[in-house]
Amino acid sequence: MERLRRTMMFLPASNPGMLKDAIIYGADSIMFDLEDAISLAEKDTSRFLVFQAVKTFDFSSTETVVRINSLDAGGVDDVHAMVRAGIDVIRLPKTTCAQDVLDTEEVILEAEKACGREPGSTRMMAAIEDPRGVLDAVAIAHSSKRLIGIALGSEDYVTAMKTKRYADRNSEEIFFARSMIVHAARAAGIAALDTVFADVNDMETLRKETEFIRQLGFDGKSVIHPRQIAVVNSVYTPNQKEIDKALDVIRAIEEANAKGSGVIALNGKMIDKPIVERAERVIALARAAGVYTGPEGQEG
Amino acid sequence: METVKNAVGREIPKEYADQYGVFEGQFARKNEYRRAAGKVVPTLPGETKLVSSLREAIEKTGLKDGMTISFHHHFREGDYVLNMVLDEIAKMGIKNLKLAASSIANVHEPLIEHIKNGVITEITSSGLRDKVGSAISHGLMEKPVVIRSHGGRARAIESGEIHIDVAFLGASSADPYGNANGSHGNATCGSLGYAKVDAEYADKVVIITDHLVDYPNTPISIPQTLVDYVVVVDAIGNPDGIAKGATRFTSDPKELLIAENACKVITASPYFKDGISFQSGSGGSTLAVTRFLAEKMRESGITAGFLLGGITSNMVELLEEGLAKKILDTQTFDRGAADSIARNENHYEISASFYANPGNKGAAVNQLDVVMLSALEVDTDFNVNVMTGSDGVIRGASGGHSDTAAGAKLSLILCPLLRGRIPTIVEKVNTVITPGEGIDVVVTEVGIAVNPRRKDLQEALKNAGVNLFTIEELKDKAYALAGTPDPIEYGDKVVALIEYRDGSLIDVVRQVKR
Repeated sequence: MERLRRTMMFLPASNPGMLKDAIIYGADSIMFDLEDAISLAEKDTSRFLVFQAVKTFDFSSTETVVRINSLDAGGVDDVHAMVRAGIDVIRLPKTTCAQDVLDTEEVILEAEKACGREPGSTRMMAAIEDPRGVLDAVAIAHSSKRLIGIALGSEDYVTAMKTKRYADRNSEEIFFARSMIVHAARAAGIAALDTVFADVNDMETLRKETEFIRQLGFDGKSVIHPRQIAVVNSVYTPNQKEIDKALDVIRAIEEANAKGSGVIALNGKMIDKPIVERAERVIALARAAGVYTGPEGQEG
Repeated sequence: METVKNAVGREIPKEYADQYGVFEGQFARKNEYRRAAGKVVPTLPGETKLVSSLREAIEKTGLKDGMTISFHHHFREGDYVLNMVLDEIAKMGIKNLKLAASSIANVHEPLIEHIKNGVITEITSSGLRDKVGSAISHGLMEKPVVIRSHGGRARAIESGEIHIDVAFLGASSADPYGNANGSHGNATCGSLGYAKVDAEYADKVVIITDHLVDYPNTPISIPQTLVDYVVVVDAIGNPDGIAKGATRFTSDPKELLIAENACKVITASPYFKDGISFQSGSGGSTLAVTRFLAEKMRESGITAGFLLGGITSNMVELLEEGLAKKILDTQTFDRGAADSIARNENHYEISASFYANPGNKGAAVNQLDVVMLSALEVDTDFNVNVMTGSDGVIRGASGGHSDTAAGAKLSLILCPLLRGRIPTIVEKVNTVITPGEGIDVVVTEVGIAVNPRRKDLQEALKNAGVNLFTIEELKDKAYALAGTPDPIEYGDKVVALIEYRDGSLIDVVRQVKR
C-alpha cells in the first residue's frame, strides 16, 4: 500500500520553532521551504536549520520534503545538504520539462555518492507551476523513477496564464491544469497533489475545494497553515458506510481466497481488482484518520 | 542545615517544619478548630462611617507598627489601592507591617521600596510577579514570604493563623454605610470573592471607592455590618488593567491542538454527562477547551450543572445559551463576565472560602467534576510548579491550583511540551505547588499522559481511541529536543515558604545565586 499524502504542510525553513513543531499537527508530509518563503539573506541559515532539524528531530512516519531553490540559484547546495541530512523527498520548484527533473536527479545522485547514501534512496517530486510544465506534465511524471508525485503550483501558473485565482468561481481557471496533473500522475502511477488554498481563515471554501479535488482524483493538497490540515484530512476521511462497505469487500476477497474460488461476488455484484484497490484505500484513509482501528478484514 | 523530608520528597528546614508541619498527603489533615473572629466596635445611630481622607481612615483604624494589613487582588494589574495605602502608611511613619494581600501583581512594584524602608517586613500572598518576585527571590526580605493558595489563605484567616488587623478593600461601588460591590461603578471587577473573607475576619474594615452611591447600595457583596469606615478617592483603579475586553479566542495552532487533546480527554471520561461541572482558567488553551467542549455538549445534549472559579465571558456565553445552569464566581476576569454578574441571578458571587477553603464545612471545589489547569513545569511524579520560572525566580501564583486539583474528580494540566527551548515536562519541578496525587492527566501538543494512579481513566481513554504516553515518555521527548536542563544554583537562604492548602509545608523557595 502506498503512503497517504492527504496533506503536505508548507513551512518556511527559517523558523526554528515551526521546524520543531512541524509534526504535531498531523500532516502526512511536511515540506520545508527553502525557496519562495525565504529571503535571499536567509538562504544559508535556513538550509543549515533544516539540515539540523532533519538530522535531530524525530519525524516518526511523517514524510519530510524540502523545496529547493533552482539549481542555478543555490539549489545545488540545497540538494547536497538535504541528501546528507537524510531528507525523504526533494521537491523541484517550477518544473517546466522532464530535463529539469533529470538535471536535479544528477545532482542528487552525486550527493548520495558523496555522503554514502544508497543511490536512488532520495525521492523526488516536481511542482508544475507554469503552462509549459502543465502541457509537458506527462513527460515530467514519467521522467524519473525517483518521482513520488507531481504537484500543481497555481499562483505562478495563473499569472503566466494572464489570469488570477477565482476561488469563488470554482477555480475554473485551473481546471485544465488540475486535469493534466492528475492524468499525468495516474498514467505514471505516482501521486497527484493539488495547489495551496491561500485564505487561512476561510475553511468553508477550503472544504469545497478539497471535496472537488478529491472528486477529480487527487491524493491530497498542499496546506499553508496547521488549521487547514484537519479540514483537508476530514474531507479524505471515509464515512462509516464507506468503511463498512470496504470491509465487506476485503472480507469477501479473503473468504474467496481461502476457498480457492476464482470468481468473487458480494451481494450479487462481481468484485474485481479496482474495487479491491479502492476498498484498501478506504481502509487506509480511515485508519489514518483514526476512525477505524481494527485489523483489515475483521469485525471493526 | 537540618531538614525534614515531606511526602513529595522536598527537604524542609527544621525550624519551619516544626512551625508549620510538613506535607503528608492531600487529605492527611482533618483538624477540628474554632473559627477566629474579628473585633467589633458597634456603630451607633447618628455616627458616620464616611471619612474625608485615606489618612483619616488609617488613623481611625488605630493602625500601628507590627500589625497585619490586607488587600484583595480583584483589580489585578489595574489596582491603585495597595500602592495608595502603602504610600500613605509610609508617610505616617508606621513600620514593620505584615502584608496579607490575596495576590501581588506587576503593578505593585513600589512595594519593593516599602520593603527596603521597613514599612513591610513580612508578606503572605498567593503569588508574586515580575520585579517584586525577582527582588524577593534575590533575598530582599529577611523573613520568607508565605505563599498560600486561595483556599489555603481563606483557611488561614478563618483559623486565625492570619489575623488581619486592618483590611483595605477597594470596591467599585459603595454607599456611605459600607455596603459594597464590584459589579457597579467605573472600575468594575465583578466578584469580590477574596475581599469577602477579609471583611468577615478583620478587626477593622475600610472600604475604598471612587463611586459613592445612595444608601442602600445593592447588590451587597460586602455588607455594612462588617464595615468600619468608607473613604472616597479619585480612582481605585484603571478599568483597562482590571478587566480586559472580550477575551479573544486563541488562533495559535499549538494552543488549539492542546485544547483539542484536552477536550478528547474530557469527553472520553466518565464525567462527561448531563450535570457536569467544570472550571477552566483564562489562558489560551483552557479558554479554547471551553469552546470545544461547548460544541460537544451541544452535540450530545449535555448541560453543565455549574461552572466554577475565575469566570470569563466564554463561560457566561454557556450560561446564557443554556449550556450551563449556574456560575459560581469567586473572581471575574473580563468585562463581559463582570456585566453578567451584575444582571444574571444564576451568575452567583462566592467567597474564596466558599470556593476553595479546605478547612471549612465544605468548599465548592469538592463538588467539581473537571478542572483545567496550566503549569510552568510538571514532573514525572505529576507534581506541578506554577510559582518559579526555569531560572528559579518567583514569578507566578499558587492561586486555586492545588485547591481545585484536590477537589475535582478530573484535573487536567494543559501545557506545551517546551516553552521556547525550555522543557515543561521535567524530571523534578523547581517548586511543588500541587502534589502529583492531585493531578490526573497531563495534556500537551505531542501527547497525553495519565497518572498511573488513575487506571480507570487510562482504560476509559484507551477505549475511546485516545493515544496515551507515559509521563516519562513525554519528558524524554522534551529532553530529546532541548537537552537535559542544568540544575539551578540556589543559596541556603529560604525566601519563600510554600504552604499546601491544609497549612503544611509542601516546599520552600531558596534564594537564587546571582
